[in-house]
Amino acid sequence: MSLWEYANPRKFIATTDVVLPWFWAGTIACLVVGLIWGFFFTPDDFRQGSTVKIIYLHVPSALMAINAWLMMLVASLIWLIRRHHVSALAAKAAAPVGIAMTLIALLTGAIWGAPIWGKPWAWDPRLTSFLWLFLFYIGYIVLWQALDDMDTAADMTSILCLVGSVFALLSRYAFLFWNSGLHQEASLSLDKETNIADVFYYPLLLCIAGFVLLFITLVLVRTRMEIRARRMKALIARERMV
Amino acid sequence: MMPDLGRYATEVISAYVVSIVIILAIVALTLWQARKTKARLEEVEKRSVRRG
Repeated sequence: MSLWEYANPRKFIATTDVVLPWFWAGTIACLVVGLIWGFFFTPDDFRQGSTVKIIYLHVPSALMAINAWLMMLVASLIWLIRRHHVSALAAKAAAPVGIAMTLIALLTGAIWGAPIWGKPWAWDPRLTSFLWLFLFYIGYIVLWQALDDMDTAADMTSILCLVGSVFALLSRYAFLFWNSGLHQEASLSLDKETNIADVFYYPLLLCIAGFVLLFITLVLVRTRMEIRARRMKALIARERMV
Repeated sequence: MMPDLGRYATEVISAYVVSIVIILAIVALTLWQARKTKARLEEVEKRSVRRG
């Protein structure tokens, strides 16, 4: 069985009919357990106090904001190279979920920054590139809405996605290029010395799993919706021709 | 049951409230749009079957 079989809209809908309930169940389980664990059953940090609890929302949402755009980039490249409509529609479907994740990351970052940095916002390379990513999400969604022809819209938004990927990568790696700014390095690391303490790490992993599953679930639901909307548009166009 | 959040209680609670509201909003919007699109497609498909 090839991955490209899922480029067939019927096959995609039939398969997602089966897997979607499992994704919903996994999303709810991981998010509820992870957030309750993080909020109620983890200690305060010796420097940040109880604001450390914001990590369970900020890190997973920021991670997904960047990875959602990278998923859109892969889907856009598949569209540009192989012209599979489902991949273009999957990229379109991911954008509203990605912008929600970006908004959560920006707002929770500002709420955390106000008491810890003394200000909610700084024109730091990482924060600024994250704001640019947010603006690219808005531009991407608006461009899809502005163009009537689906193929033209998919072409134009795919090019916008390629350009926006620079900011998606910068928001992740900006601190490596500019050794300045307020934002600290990544909270998670494979190096035990620099990784956060286990007491925060395990609930955080569960929250990350919850956000990843939430993203996949919503993208699957939205892609099915976009496939149906495309078919509806085609049927209405055929009716008008008769 | 409520943990003692100390002097940062407002910040922590507002971060959770804002995030949960955004998550619920995107889930609700997605489900509402998906149901509406499915119902409209079924209507259009029935109409096109009737017309042959």
